[in-house]
Amino acid sequence: MDLNYTVDEQDFQSEVHGFFKTKLPNDLSRKVKEKKRLSKEDMETWHAILNEAGYLNAHWPVEFGGKGWNAIQRDIFDVESSAAGAPRVVPFGVNMLSPVLMAFGSKEQQQHYLPRILDGTDWWCQGYSEPGSGSDLASLKMSAVRDSDHYVLNGQKTWTTLGQHANMIFCLVRTSKEGKPQEGISFILVDMDTPGVEVRPIIMLEGTHEVNEVWFTDVRVPAENLVGEENKGWTYAKYLLVHERSGIAGVGDALASIEHLKHIAQDQKKDGKPLADDPMFAARLSEIEIDLSAMRTTNMRVMQQAAEGAPPGPEVSMLKVKGTVLRQSINDLTRRALGPYAMPFVSEALDFGYNEKPIGPDYANPMSMDYFNHRKTSIYGGSNEIQRNIISKMMMGL
Amino acid sequence: MDFNHTEERQMLADMAGRFVREQYEIETRHKNAESDDGFSRETWGQLAELGLIGALFSEDAGGFGGAGFDVAVVFEQFGRGLVVEPFLANLLAGTALTDGNESQKTILESVITGETLLAFAHGEPSGRYYASHVETSAKAADGGYVLNGNKGVVISGDTADHLVVSARTSGAGDDKDGISLFLVPANVDGVHVRGYPTIDGYRAAEIALKDVKVSADALIGAEGRGLSIIETAHARGTLAVSAEALGAIEVAIDLTLEYLKTRKQFGVPIGKFQALQHRMADMMTEREQIRSALINAAGSLDSDERDWNISALKNLVGRSGRKIAEEVIQMHGGIAMTWEYAAGHYSKRIIMIDHMFGDEDHHLEQIIKIGKAA
Repeated sequence: MDLNYTVDEQDFQSEVHGFFKTKLPNDLSRKVKEKKRLSKEDMETWHAILNEAGYLNAHWPVEFGGKGWNAIQRDIFDVESSAAGAPRVVPFGVNMLSPVLMAFGSKEQQQHYLPRILDGTDWWCQGYSEPGSGSDLASLKMSAVRDSDHYVLNGQKTWTTLGQHANMIFCLVRTSKEGKPQEGISFILVDMDTPGVEVRPIIMLEGTHEVNEVWFTDVRVPAENLVGEENKGWTYAKYLLVHERSGIAGVGDALASIEHLKHIAQDQKKDGKPLADDPMFAARLSEIEIDLSAMRTTNMRVMQQAAEGAPPGPEVSMLKVKGTVLRQSINDLTRRALGPYAMPFVSEALDFGYNEKPIGPDYANPMSMDYFNHRKTSIYGGSNEIQRNIISKMMMGL
Repeated sequence: MDFNHTEERQMLADMAGRFVREQYEIETRHKNAESDDGFSRETWGQLAELGLIGALFSEDAGGFGGAGFDVAVVFEQFGRGLVVEPFLANLLAGTALTDGNESQKTILESVITGETLLAFAHGEPSGRYYASHVETSAKAADGGYVLNGNKGVVISGDTADHLVVSARTSGAGDDKDGISLFLVPANVDGVHVRGYPTIDGYRAAEIALKDVKVSADALIGAEGRGLSIIETAHARGTLAVSAEALGAIEVAIDLTLEYLKTRKQFGVPIGKFQALQHRMADMMTEREQIRSALINAAGSLDSDERDWNISALKNLVGRSGRKIAEEVIQMHGGIAMTWEYAAGHYSKRIIMIDHMFGDEDHHLEQIIKIGKAA
């Protein structure tokens, strides 16, 4: 048992630290730290910088051009990335689709799509949820009917994150109504420029455009876009969920958010003294720090198990529940730290280049938005209730 | 980073685990707890022979372990068996003796072999959880000291051969300086021990010291510098009872899980009900969080980060341990309210551990203090 980083890990940490220091553009990290809106170009810029440094796909296996980073390296990178104020990598292509293609895709698919994911030619989004299929994902209805060398898609996907920027979407579709619902699902890749694909924005409660509906009307997709075998899509989707969970605990994000909260608590005053000195506030903050410190170790334990070859199992669900609840509690405490100045919200102030004087403290404007926005985290990626179902089925046999 | 135990430590854990599993069934535990001593001297001797006392102390002190993880793995197993033998008292007092003189170190050696029993007589009736609260006085006289005062809830205080007693040689109230430690034979004039059972099946004592005369070489370490020794002992003790709590939580959750699979109501095992499943999922998550906090604390026991990690651990054990202990009873229903069924005894131990070395709130306060000092 050794909780210290090895010399190699320390070296790695300083290498990564140096990378963020020299390669992360100032205006980009300012936007992230001030919680401004990131444009498509911002995200593409960062994607390209990471790719050039070989960090974008460093977690890929070496045979696919990655560096084969282990869980500890990924954690170090994640924490350094959040601390530096780097944008989050848009995960759909490089973290989610890629492992599925490597495991189940054809050689042609791998050779065609993987390089395009790295160089940014393709921006992928995810077509899983449907209006009638949220937690009960296997009940999904969007149909794919074989018509000679094509599939014809009809139906609707929803909650498609950043679909407005994407040119490609990977979808779970129904290719059979026989047997159990899980047994008739296929995994298919769709070019969003195909006639019949329509993206409609969904505006979230805090006013942001992050997710979309994607409608499919007689969309003809070449049969070679099917990944793996027909009706095996559920297996691939599960593989994706289980294998791409590094970072699900959101440790780096939580650490950075807590630092920001501490800064706010020093600046906010209660009875003429910093809010940080208020016993009630200090107690709430300390409980979060205690939980976070334990979760960081829980995360490393699970990730290291994975690194030693055991496929991450239901422990990952624990990380998802604990990680999201913890980050939500930081958002909640941050909002409360602001007092009445949690209320003003000037949406334009989130745009880069907004020069008006802020209302209240300069950090206040986006924090309630952040709080509301992050309510999504316990809902998406398998709601926390679904995660608890997984834990009780897999760990307890209930 | 490496979360695997060394081979030796894994063997130690396995050995303690095997003993608890094979020779310390709950009936044996109750029998030991209900005996006059409140534990079995025979079992104590057996465990000493297995090296489980020695595992708690470093080689310098005559043991063969003493690292945070040694304490953690052994006490986790003790928690699984609700072991009542006086390991905690001897860990605390023995830790203090590692700062002692040669003859005191010889006594520590006889503790490790199981021949001598110690207790740590530090807490006082009005001291609550504050380590520096010492009213007991030690006045210099005739080349030695005279001790006067009262010690409260001294764990295993009624069976100890020697007591490690804290007393003020200077200062007053909660002063950090001026606290001294003394090794006092339990049978000398003026030491009045009133032993009693605790609600979770262990033994403790109220100890009155009335004009207790000790020689100068009864002093442990330097005069007036006892607090840091006390804090070291408390850190190790906190780690130990937290590991014990984890072991007890493991068994309590396993018992509950087994029950959910077998107990039928409305024609199905009650584990089929989601209202119970989700609570179990949360309990297991919290159990793993406690395990992580234990790892953090055990790994930093000899570093600058000790106090933060120890307080984080104890806060979490108090906070989540209570939830788990209460849920274990609730989810079982009436059966867990009975003496005959084991689950309730585990819940009692988990809850009572919150009353040792500072509860959830006390340690939250410590975390806040450390944060401010940083």
